[in-house]
Amino acid sequence: MRLIVEGVACVRSGRTLFEDLTFAVDAGEALAVTGPNGVGKSSLLRLVAGLLPKAAGAVHLQGGDRDLSLAEQAHYLGHRDALKPALTPFELLDFWKRLFGGEGLAPEVALARVGLAHARLLPSAYLSAGQRRRLAIARLLVAQRPLWLLDEPTSALDADSEAMFAHLVDEHLAAGGLVLVATHQPLGFPARDFRMGALA
Amino acid sequence: MIDALFAMIIRDVRLAARIGGGAGVGLVFFLILVTIIPFAVGPDMALLSRIGPAILWVAALLATLLGLDRLFQADEEDGSLDLIRMAPLPLPLIVLAKVVAHWLVTGLPLALAAPFLGLLLALEPDALLAVTVTLLVGTPALTFIGAAGAALTAGLRRGGLILSVLVLPLMIPVLIFGISATSAALGGTVPFHVPFLILVGLGLFAAVTGTIAAALAIHFAEG
Repeated sequence: MRLIVEGVACVRSGRTLFEDLTFAVDAGEALAVTGPNGVGKSSLLRLVAGLLPKAAGAVHLQGGDRDLSLAEQAHYLGHRDALKPALTPFELLDFWKRLFGGEGLAPEVALARVGLAHARLLPSAYLSAGQRRRLAIARLLVAQRPLWLLDEPTSALDADSEAMFAHLVDEHLAAGGLVLVATHQPLGFPARDFRMGALA
Repeated sequence: MIDALFAMIIRDVRLAARIGGGAGVGLVFFLILVTIIPFAVGPDMALLSRIGPAILWVAALLATLLGLDRLFQADEEDGSLDLIRMAPLPLPLIVLAKVVAHWLVTGLPLALAAPFLGLLLALEPDALLAVTVTLLVGTPALTFIGAAGAALTAGLRRGGLILSVLVLPLMIPVLIFGISATSAALGGTVPFHVPFLILVGLGLFAAVTGTIAAALAIHFAEG
């Protein structure tokens, strides 16, 4: 499997954020998108996820499921955790699992993997920022999708949680998954660097 | 796929029922409107029972508007909508599930409460029945029409106001045929089924166009 991004451009509110961006990510590989603030790292991830329109270019997943769109084969972990304070972590994960369908860990197992088994039935409102982030990460595990799009995934995580997350990513890569990560911080897993330069 | 849609409905109903979900807001507003209007109109039973169906319908329409702004906005704000869009389901079906859930917690209680509140307005038994039946058919139509506006204004901070202005004119036909069906049930030259079937037709039309319009609005929203 191979993610190919060919000559994409992103225009937001009439301003060209980036253009003619080309790269590829192979199965089992992580690509770290770096660059100064405002250069369009988050927009690039959202564009690949199909959440932003492409002004030009094409994005495809070679060797993916032909019946599914790229968005349906990708997980997007953005800045917002998509948590509902009134629902428990179990209810949230169960919802995402049923909505996304397909193979994946059971919600209880996914919660145990991110160290939240004890908070399973507690309303998510009581979770700390780091715990909320871990719950968002657990979402990646309940439905198996080959491409992970991670936007600053380790913000709010402590050292132990970072190691836990790096381990999950390693497992995903070892199983032939692809990872595209936008980051400022050093990652705990090997990743090829892709630097987005400042625009003139 | 059916399981995914049920998961969506159950989640939204659960969210509405929990603290801060606001399921009861529309119902309480409905209750307030219907109970204060008799104080304003005065103790004229004949007048009240004549305008009672209209009061119930207008109150139901306003109560429907009240909760609509959060239909997609809550999911837009916390990022859930992005992920929902990445589900392997057609967006209109997801919208349909969300609107059905929204109606179950906001519209259906209004229709069910209407006969009890109708007693406060000195409505005759057949008027109570007619209002309840027309509201059961009419509130889904109002919710579907409102869903299109809710999707358009999901990204706006104070979208509630512009949402009301956008969708209220589109709700007028539903109101007109809801009231005329109720009046027809109470006598007159037009048989009940004529305006009622038009109301049903408006509901079906709103279900299709509202769902598709809302899905398109979400699809093209640049977030």
